[in-house]
Amino acid sequence: MDPGFPVLSLLIFLPLLGVVLIALLPGKHTPTDWLVQNAPGNPVDYPKWIALGIALATLIISLVMFILFDRSAAGFQFVDEFDWISAEAVGFNVKYAFGVDGLSMPLVFLTAILSVVAVLVSWRVDLRTKEYFAWLLVLETSVLGVFTSLDLIMFFLFWELELIPMFLLISIWGSGNRNYSALKFVLYTVFGSAFMLVGFLALGVAADTFDIREIRHDAVAAAFLPAPAIFAFIMIAFAIKLPVVPVHTWLPDAHTDAPTAVSVLLAGVLLKMGGYGILRLLFTLMPDVGADADLALAIIGVVSIVYGAIVTIRQTDLKRLIAYSSVSHMGFVLLGVSALGVTGLSGAAMQLVTHGLITGMLFVMVGLVYDRTHTREISEMSGLAHHIPLLGIGMVFAGLAGLGLPALAGFVAEITIFLGAFESQTAAVSVALTGVLLAAAYILWALQRTFFGPKDDRWAHLPDANHWSEFTIIAGLMALIVLLGVYPSVVMDLLEMGVEPIVESIETVVSAGAGGG
Amino acid sequence: MLSDVNLLGPELVLLVVGAFLLIADLFLKDRRLLMGIAALALLGSILYSAILLTEGHMGSQGFGGVLVVDKFAVFFQILIAGAALVAVLVSTETLQRTPSRRGEYLALILFSTAGLQLLAGSRDLIMIFIALELTSISQYILVGFHKDRWGSEGGLKYLLTGAIASAVLLYGMVILLGLTGSTNLSEIAQYIAWQGEGSEEALILAATFLIVGFGFKAAVAPFQMWAPDAYTGAPTPIAAYLSVASKAAAFAILIRVFFEALGDDLLAEHWKTIFAVLATISMVVGNFFAIRQNNIKRMLAYSSVAQAGTLLIGLAAISADRSELLGASGILFYLAGYTVTNLAAFTVIVLVANQNGGSYDLKSYRGLGARSPWLAIVLAFALISLIGLPPTAVFFGKIYLFETAVQSGLTWLAVVGAANTLVSAAYYLRPVKAMFIDDAETEPSDEIMVRPANSVIATMGLVTAGVLVIGLHPGLLINAAEAAVAAIFS
Repeated sequence: MDPGFPVLSLLIFLPLLGVVLIALLPGKHTPTDWLVQNAPGNPVDYPKWIALGIALATLIISLVMFILFDRSAAGFQFVDEFDWISAEAVGFNVKYAFGVDGLSMPLVFLTAILSVVAVLVSWRVDLRTKEYFAWLLVLETSVLGVFTSLDLIMFFLFWELELIPMFLLISIWGSGNRNYSALKFVLYTVFGSAFMLVGFLALGVAADTFDIREIRHDAVAAAFLPAPAIFAFIMIAFAIKLPVVPVHTWLPDAHTDAPTAVSVLLAGVLLKMGGYGILRLLFTLMPDVGADADLALAIIGVVSIVYGAIVTIRQTDLKRLIAYSSVSHMGFVLLGVSALGVTGLSGAAMQLVTHGLITGMLFVMVGLVYDRTHTREISEMSGLAHHIPLLGIGMVFAGLAGLGLPALAGFVAEITIFLGAFESQTAAVSVALTGVLLAAAYILWALQRTFFGPKDDRWAHLPDANHWSEFTIIAGLMALIVLLGVYPSVVMDLLEMGVEPIVESIETVVSAGAGGG
Repeated sequence: MLSDVNLLGPELVLLVVGAFLLIADLFLKDRRLLMGIAALALLGSILYSAILLTEGHMGSQGFGGVLVVDKFAVFFQILIAGAALVAVLVSTETLQRTPSRRGEYLALILFSTAGLQLLAGSRDLIMIFIALELTSISQYILVGFHKDRWGSEGGLKYLLTGAIASAVLLYGMVILLGLTGSTNLSEIAQYIAWQGEGSEEALILAATFLIVGFGFKAAVAPFQMWAPDAYTGAPTPIAAYLSVASKAAAFAILIRVFFEALGDDLLAEHWKTIFAVLATISMVVGNFFAIRQNNIKRMLAYSSVAQAGTLLIGLAAISADRSELLGASGILFYLAGYTVTNLAAFTVIVLVANQNGGSYDLKSYRGLGARSPWLAIVLAFALISLIGLPPTAVFFGKIYLFETAVQSGLTWLAVVGAANTLVSAAYYLRPVKAMFIDDAETEPSDEIMVRPANSVIATMGLVTAGVLVIGLHPGLLINAAEAAVAAIFS
């Protein structure tokens, strides 16, 4: 699909245009009480309206791309490229290259959706609103850039760019121990990306190009580092981002202390950068090493699933509980990848998309509840469904989707992963199934303690969902989760198309290895 | 002979105008006029270098091979004069504090700059030593310029350790002269190529002494002891100047001596080890000491030690594989990116100190984001560049240098460098946090809010634009760096 104009560049840099517009707004904004509804047109509102407009515009562009995407053509579409840095004599070449394929298109769309959600859920933010919405938009640009970059250096650039808005968003607008959490997030990520950069450079030097499409896995064998070392270096960054046990400890802190919108984006799309990187870079560029690492990946995945689920049950803070459940759910991605087949890999990719929607919605609901109760302690809440029934419906719906109820999105991804991995990783799948049981336990138990149970008059005065932004988010996310649950192929077909070349190259190297050995 | 003088043009402009300023100080009392003269001299020097570049003087040697004008030298001469120009333009406040010694201050900056420029074009050990002393002596005075407690301490420390470093350097040169019978870099190279075998130990000893001398100027650990005190005590524009111009010239002469005179395969393997070890020490020492600093100038002093270590990665890489142009051009690229970035940071520090009555404590940066958003944004941007995050100048510099290391088989060094990025993030983010996240302890009163001079604001805009332009369109600078190193490695 060649649109004839750089639609991807437009998509990626549109949020930055929004940042410029917001920066040009005059003056300081007086803080207002969040209960006071500001009429549109009041100067206080401009930053969020601009942010909403921009986020909607990117959503529309990505929707159009999603529709126009040619589902019969393999490879990258909407490609937009030129040589950015070309120092031929010294061999340092970086391409400005963006493109989407079946794997990245749904993730781009997911990012655009959750960015709108993030803006809407921030509707009542009143602290330094100009900066707040500007940083949210920078974050959107960086994530879109990661999902669409076709050059390792560009990928790294956007990967690092995301740190700056995240650091400031958590430490200025967060709660609790926010400075600690923000710095911990940055240091963990920088630690991973330090190794990732060395891995990228080793790849690029060996292949004499940083273009993802041109790096052949046999060229990697000529690198100064052995290919498994390169694989491990890059894997460190993705494992931290995903995250997997034992490098997950930044995630509960960052989530708990981040503002709601940032939690939504963090769980919804930032974690997905790790899973996407594993599929797009590790398994595309080094299928031979990936195929050898299948057992290790399966074990790490299962440990994350089970350990994450057990820790989740013990949480007393509702937001922390959802955060830990992400660790468990992201373990499924590794399990799916370790299957090395189309079913397993597309299941893993599907898990990225569905978990983005479901956990995004869970964080929205927790955030909305917290806005009202000003506590996240599970023990302090009881019988909330009596007082805020609409939020209760949203929370229960998201919870059920999270535990993998059939006909909702989460089920599709998990069942596909199990199907794909059962044959090759039977033992791992058997253990991972306990994770599903534990998920049902922690979600239902948490719902029971907070929304059901005896009525508590302390919460009688709480206003239910009452603002159009809240209705929009809840209804929109519900609709998408149901859609993917009953008609998954709208996304699944694309993902399968995206992972097919990866699986083909895995099969080629595996059969070549078997033939040679 | 006249054509030889022509080659010395960029330096002569500075020396002549510097001498004039010393005298003019007696009857010219206008601060702006004096600053303007100094700035014009530096612009003239840059212009002269550019003319030499375009008029096809490249590669010409002057004064019997003592001096060379090649693209490598011109690259550094322009970089150094540019850094000096920034230092002069942001010196408004320093000059207001010392009305009676304005000419002296500006003249010393010009003399020191001329010395550093000479260093970049020297091809003879004696010339190198003279150039180094010209710049060092000027800098000793400049560091102690304020004659207060901190200035005197910093100046004295710089002078004493600097004298020792010079002596050690001279020992190295003497050994080299005794061995090879020449002070000329090409003749030394010829000697080593023909008869070097058998005297490796002595050559390595001499080279180690040279590294001490040059490493001192570049603030490479373990020769960095002077830097924190000198930076803290010196007027802030001088600290900025030391951190970039001295470092650039020191790396220029390191590259020239070690790869024009001592670059023989016989020895290169040893240089690789030495530079790699020094790089590691420098990065670790600089970064870990910087974490504990509460004075922003001291923090940037240790940061400059760590940055010197990063630059040494490039030197280790070219020692490992001399055919790699990438390494040397990476050093030049990184130096230029680091120069604009550090100058941007120091410019903001000058402006903030003007606002709050001369405090460099991190506490005084609290709430700056609300008080002076533009200053805070520029400083945050510079610090983010120093970490090496996109879209800034140092981001590409770092990738470029690490790629060199990987390419020449020094992957472990790239890993060490990348891991040090992590440590550096921990302290570079502290001022960012103070400015945007912490609340100011007291509301600033209006009376100490001094409106900064336009020249300072304009300078800040210029260097910040430099950081961004190099970050977004690094190709231009990379090509310049490539052309420059081709003069030495070809």
